[in-house]
Amino acid sequence: MKRFSDLYWKLDSTTSTNQKIEALKEYFVSAPPEDAACGLRVLCGAKQLRAVSTRSLREWAAEFAEIPLWLVEESYAHVGDLAETLALILPDQLTQEPNSTDHSTEPLPLSRCFEATIRGLKGKPDSYKRQVVEETWKRLTPRERIVWHKLLTGGCRVGVSRTLVARALAEMSGLEPAVLAERMMAATIETAEDFQSLISPHPTSADSLRPYPFFLASPISNEPQELGSVMDWQAEWKWDGMRAQVVRRSAGISIWSRGEERMNDAFPEIVEAAEHLPDGTVLDGELLAAHPNNLLPFSMLSRRASRKRAGKKIRTEIPAVFVAYDLLEARGKDIRSEPLSFRRRELLTVVPSAFQRQPALSGGPATLHRNPAASSDIRMFHSPLIDGHSWDDLTLTRQQARRRGVEGLMLKRIASSYAHGRPRGDWWKWKVEPLEIDAVLHYAQAGHGRRAGLHTDYTLGVWDGDQLVTVAKAYSGLSDKELIEIDKIIRSTTIERHGPVRVVRPTLVFQLAFENVSRSTRHKSGIAVRFPRIARWRRDKLPHEAATLSDLKVLLAQATGQQQLSGEQTE
Amino acid sequence: MADLLEITPNGLYCAAGNFYIDPWRPVSHAVITHAHADHARPGSDRYLCAAPGKHVLRTRMGSQALIDTLKYNEHVTINGVDVSLHPAGHLLGSSQVRVSHRGITWVVTGDYKLQNDTTCDCFESVPCDVFVTESTFGLPVYRWPDPETVAHEINAWWRANAESGRTSVLLAYALGKAQRLASLLDPSIGPIYGHGAVMKLVEAYRASGVRLPPINRIPPHSRKIGGGRGIVIAPPSAAGTTWINRFGETSLAMVSGWMLLRGVRRRRGIPKGFILSDHVDYPDLMQAVHASGAQRVLVTHGFTDIVARLLTERGLKAEVLATRFIGETNPDDGDTDEDAQDLQAPTHESIDTDKKDTEDAQ
Ligand SMILES: [Zn+2]
Repeated sequence: MKRFSDLYWKLDSTTSTNQKIEALKEYFVSAPPEDAACGLRVLCGAKQLRAVSTRSLREWAAEFAEIPLWLVEESYAHVGDLAETLALILPDQLTQEPNSTDHSTEPLPLSRCFEATIRGLKGKPDSYKRQVVEETWKRLTPRERIVWHKLLTGGCRVGVSRTLVARALAEMSGLEPAVLAERMMAATIETAEDFQSLISPHPTSADSLRPYPFFLASPISNEPQELGSVMDWQAEWKWDGMRAQVVRRSAGISIWSRGEERMNDAFPEIVEAAEHLPDGTVLDGELLAAHPNNLLPFSMLSRRASRKRAGKKIRTEIPAVFVAYDLLEARGKDIRSEPLSFRRRELLTVVPSAFQRQPALSGGPATLHRNPAASSDIRMFHSPLIDGHSWDDLTLTRQQARRRGVEGLMLKRIASSYAHGRPRGDWWKWKVEPLEIDAVLHYAQAGHGRRAGLHTDYTLGVWDGDQLVTVAKAYSGLSDKELIEIDKIIRSTTIERHGPVRVVRPTLVFQLAFENVSRSTRHKSGIAVRFPRIARWRRDKLPHEAATLSDLKVLLAQATGQQQLSGEQTE
Repeated sequence: MADLLEITPNGLYCAAGNFYIDPWRPVSHAVITHAHADHARPGSDRYLCAAPGKHVLRTRMGSQALIDTLKYNEHVTINGVDVSLHPAGHLLGSSQVRVSHRGITWVVTGDYKLQNDTTCDCFESVPCDVFVTESTFGLPVYRWPDPETVAHEINAWWRANAESGRTSVLLAYALGKAQRLASLLDPSIGPIYGHGAVMKLVEAYRASGVRLPPINRIPPHSRKIGGGRGIVIAPPSAAGTTWINRFGETSLAMVSGWMLLRGVRRRRGIPKGFILSDHVDYPDLMQAVHASGAQRVLVTHGFTDIVARLLTERGLKAEVLATRFIGETNPDDGDTDEDAQDLQAPTHESIDTDKKDTEDAQ
């Protein structure tokens, strides 16, 4: 536990990429392979088991530390991180481990700790769990306890990307980072052998269902005119769904999320559709929720995806489609280094179109429907291109994005290969300007992680008569300095406290930006906003000058006027 | 019967003796627990403080202020009320004020700590009926590491920086913490420097007979002071200012009790934090309350309502003593920070002076 905890704190204390890579390398070189495998799973954000509920943990800690539970809660509200709070209130380490001179062994190695104190608790009675937890507390230092608490409650996130982990493993093993990235994506790393084969110089099971690392676009920062001639670029809608890869090889079919989770059971109709793909095909694209002629809002897709296994009912209610952007593997051959123009041509031979042909700017709202020739239960088709003879054309087209229920445009350089990670220059996302309203701070809660202790989680409302109705929870967008100032105001305008949540007197107005609005039965206001964030603090506005619910309803009416599965194609 | 001490618009007042303790507005008679700016304010007609704190209070209250002193444990009668001062261990000359009248004894701690500190007298527990205690770190998460261990870590950090030719910069409160820190440094590693605001008080400490290692003023021109082996003690408000840039490549660390929390370290954007405080931590607070033998405890400055609730549950008569500092302790808030009050005015002044130095040099 000590070695992994040291790594955790090293990664936590630096923002330097090189120092992070050094720390990772040091860990993977020195840790026994079974520990390295276990550490790697955590670093890669693998789904974690919640062995003990945070509720039980705080109760046991309160009794162990001989302080009342409410004092633990107050401490948590101040610290903002439960794992840290509990680690700090517990008595000091009680069992001094024998000082081993041999650095290759430690008294409680991560893998053993994981087996005995986390996995081993599954299905056991609470009395057993509590005994194990108390024994472990005695053996760990406060710093180690913090990391262990996070593992125990299934919430251990480490501040490194998979790309960085892949780079560290690559430097350590002498393999290409891309090779490691691919292996990490496909394999489940459980045992020492798994870890050893991950860094092995020999190719591993070639016929696996491994996806490729995703190529991620960057938000466009300048005017598109600066990208050069429009002829060098391909434009598509930026669909508001879930990015995914469909892998069809002789070994079977796999649908992979960007988080590298297999989603076959959540999207069985896509698996069925993929059976018609030729052997040795890998598609990159987007999962969307859609009825035959109209797109469903993202919130519905997300509801659908949250079901591990999609039953008949939800499949009828929220059908899924897969829009393919790119072809990464054709007839078993990796074609990622071929130019996009080539990959696109190949893609069209594999995946059909679902759209009628129409010129891009035929005037009026887009009312493009599915190709009548295509069967209505078609589940997989390619992303149509958008005709644009000039950047001005595309600028106009982009303005229709919200009405169509897409996020904007994607611009891809026709000559680009399919890179991995987020290299800048070849793929850009060109989102529509966000919608904005002024909203009033209604509730506030202390943040976690970097902002622990400060009230940084805001619930904002708009006026419905003289009542505030909640429209969004928003976090980002303010400077640390502003957050500190606002925190002070929140503390001095608190009128009620419910645990960590403070109800404040309406005084603070924020400009709330969001991508889109949709109807929602789950929100009291009847409206859900997509990607809400705080654009700025309106010190110049008084609370009663903020927006009303009817303002929001106007936006909703404008936005939902037309949300269709729409697109133009040029092929 | 009215309480011996009560809160008035001017501050904590003893009606029987007609004097105030740490008043926040100018009054005729002010008994001062210690010279931090949230306890000692200028403008009163007369001040009374512990003898070892006179020089320090003088630097804060100005040359015109009338300052009377009492030795620790020496008694004086003010309008028939028995008053004595007892070491609080917070900084040089810091006192607990014991007030006794008609058989009832109150002790006002001011700020205090139980840890060892060679730059001031150690806290002495004084039996009383009513104990007025601070609660800056009154949550069970606050438990200080052993200061010797922390000193060892600071020196190890300094040595490592010196070996790679980087000037070390320690951010610490100019009054009290800075001098305590200087006393913990190992001068064999390299030369020690003090920011202008720190130096003024180092001189006051020396004039009071406190032994400190050699501390140099920062020379106006040089960049790599002490050949990169030096350590600079500067007030926290110097962080992020151009004043720091003059030292070229530096390693920055903050020394404060708040550094115990990861979130605070990260938000402050300071790469390194050392946990050293001149306030009591939670266990020491509980111990001090217990040792006072008081049946009634008034809690001020910090986690007041939480500590009062806890003590009530433990069978004492505990209440919050409302001071004019509204709200709770927030480690990110400059105004209520550990001793940040202390920094506001004087430090900015001296940073400005230092800026002038730089300009002159160009
Ligand atoms: Zn103080």
